[in-house]
Amino acid sequence: MSIREMGGVEAPADTSHGRHGEPHQPVFVGTRKQELDELLTRYPSKMAALLPALWMVQHDRGWVSEDAMAEVAGLLDLTPAYVKGVVTFYTMYHQHPVGTYFVQVCTTSPCQVCGAEEVVEAFLRHTGCQELGVTSPDDKFTVIEVECLGACGFATPVMVNEDFIESVTPEGVAELLSRYK
Amino acid sequence: MGYPHKPHARETPVLSQYFGDSDARTLDGWRTRGGYAAFERSLGMAPADIVSVVKDSGLRGRGGAGFPTGVKWSFMKPGDGKPHYLCCNADESEPGTFKDREIMRWTPHALVEGCAIGAHAIGAETAYIYIRGEFTEPIARMEAAIKEAYAAGILGKNAMGSGKTVNVWVHRGAGAYICGEETALMNSLEGRRGNPRIKPPFPAVAGVFGQPTTINNVETLVAVPPILNNGADWYKKFSRSDNPKSTGTKLYSVCGNIARPGNYEVPMGFPFKDFLYDLCGGPLPGRKFRAIIPGGISVPIQTVSEAEASLMDYEGFVAQGTMLGSGGVIVVDDAQNLVKFIARAARFFAHESCAQCTQCREGTAWTTKILERIAAGEGTTEDLDTLLEIADNMTGKTICVLSDSCATPVVSGLKKFRSDFESLIKKKTHHLVPAVA
Repeated sequence: MSIREMGGVEAPADTSHGRHGEPHQPVFVGTRKQELDELLTRYPSKMAALLPALWMVQHDRGWVSEDAMAEVAGLLDLTPAYVKGVVTFYTMYHQHPVGTYFVQVCTTSPCQVCGAEEVVEAFLRHTGCQELGVTSPDDKFTVIEVECLGACGFATPVMVNEDFIESVTPEGVAELLSRYK
Repeated sequence: MGYPHKPHARETPVLSQYFGDSDARTLDGWRTRGGYAAFERSLGMAPADIVSVVKDSGLRGRGGAGFPTGVKWSFMKPGDGKPHYLCCNADESEPGTFKDREIMRWTPHALVEGCAIGAHAIGAETAYIYIRGEFTEPIARMEAAIKEAYAAGILGKNAMGSGKTVNVWVHRGAGAYICGEETALMNSLEGRRGNPRIKPPFPAVAGVFGQPTTINNVETLVAVPPILNNGADWYKKFSRSDNPKSTGTKLYSVCGNIARPGNYEVPMGFPFKDFLYDLCGGPLPGRKFRAIIPGGISVPIQTVSEAEASLMDYEGFVAQGTMLGSGGVIVVDDAQNLVKFIARAARFFAHESCAQCTQCREGTAWTTKILERIAAGEGTTEDLDTLLEIADNMTGKTICVLSDSCATPVVSGLKKFRSDFESLIKKKTHHLVPAVA
């Protein structure tokens, strides 16, 4: 199965540096560095702070670049290759820039029988995204199908960045998206 | 409470009694509802005595396996000179299950208290609550509650003035169903890829960071404070008179094609028929139930008659060809294509396989391809034999049970709903052989 068939995101042409090709600016300076240091006191190993550190990177930069992986590796005494191995395991870390609003629609079986496929179609239609995993021409939206969001009684649950929205219907998609224009 | 609905008269809300009550989220609100009294009392008890009460109560793990909680706690040897850890499994990702999410959203302090008591009971100074990355609101609620608990001296170096250290931290996952498997969770917590580990060693011997570890589900831990407050005998009363092996109340998440989806709490042994038709309102108007999965998508599918004959406890569901599992009830009605439903379940497992074991990595993907082919009307009768052969190779042969879980809906679906598969195949045959003029 292709990456997109499995719910992944299509790589844009150039992802060697930041979104617009500028060199990497360190994430862990000032407050962020203090937060990481505080976090390290919670665990008996530095490596345990890897997932939280990657979350900080993604929160600040929108995605996790290879340069950022190398920065995290340096701080936690790991190799960049090791960090990349971990990043690629977890679906929520973006290895490429994504749209300003990253839309995840649950389509796993319980939502599927409640009509999740029509919700996906409505998102693709209203965002101008040509297909799943491909960012819209205006860079605003990326839509993917996600595996079980753990809110099956509120079909269809949708995540837009960190917002968790319950009971989305195809008819409700346009109004929902108007909050993210 | 049938959140998001009003509680049904036949529910027994113990864990869910404050769902929908936003005041219960705050420390003050929680304390006025009796919060942290059990933790305070437990700090004055010997850890072995706490374990003994939990053992007596009959509480069993609510994550799916149903292992007796007190027995699991007793595996942690006191005085071994090693740091002990408690992990709370809040990676709730089993399709059909969304009970832990509501516990964390509405009663975060209940989980902090359950973790604190659990940590004290197993001799741990630190508990980690591993929450799936998508649960942004539960994470925020838990972090706010933990912050309040530290500020009030409930957690920290001198927990409630006891001189004991009890730390509770949230650790956010990043999108991987497999991290709900206990050894994968520990790997993930350590900053590794979430691959399950070979057992033995079991977590109580060498768990997270190589140290003795206990892993409990959210719902299991929040049941502990009421047990300490009311006693083991009180908890044991929530059971059928002829089955003392399943005790207490259980939260069920209900979803799919049913009138009133949501969370419901009933005592062990409750009749599943009454639950489906009375509490949850039965099928949608004009439809009929077709198939029911009572414990998350990893347990065998039931026919409607099997479901209607089930009593809702660990043994009651086994007697009707399935398992209690995580309590995630998925209902499929007669307007759905059941093969497509099962194919989508297989695709879920193919996506979530960690790909360590060949049987799982290849089996989940192959099963998905065949099922999607059948659902699209392109299958053959031989495909059904191939599916069963693959399923056999996927069962009982891998490090963890994700592979078995993928095979389960396929095998039970083919056994109980074979005509659904065959009718899709027949349609194709009919289409390919034109009538002779």
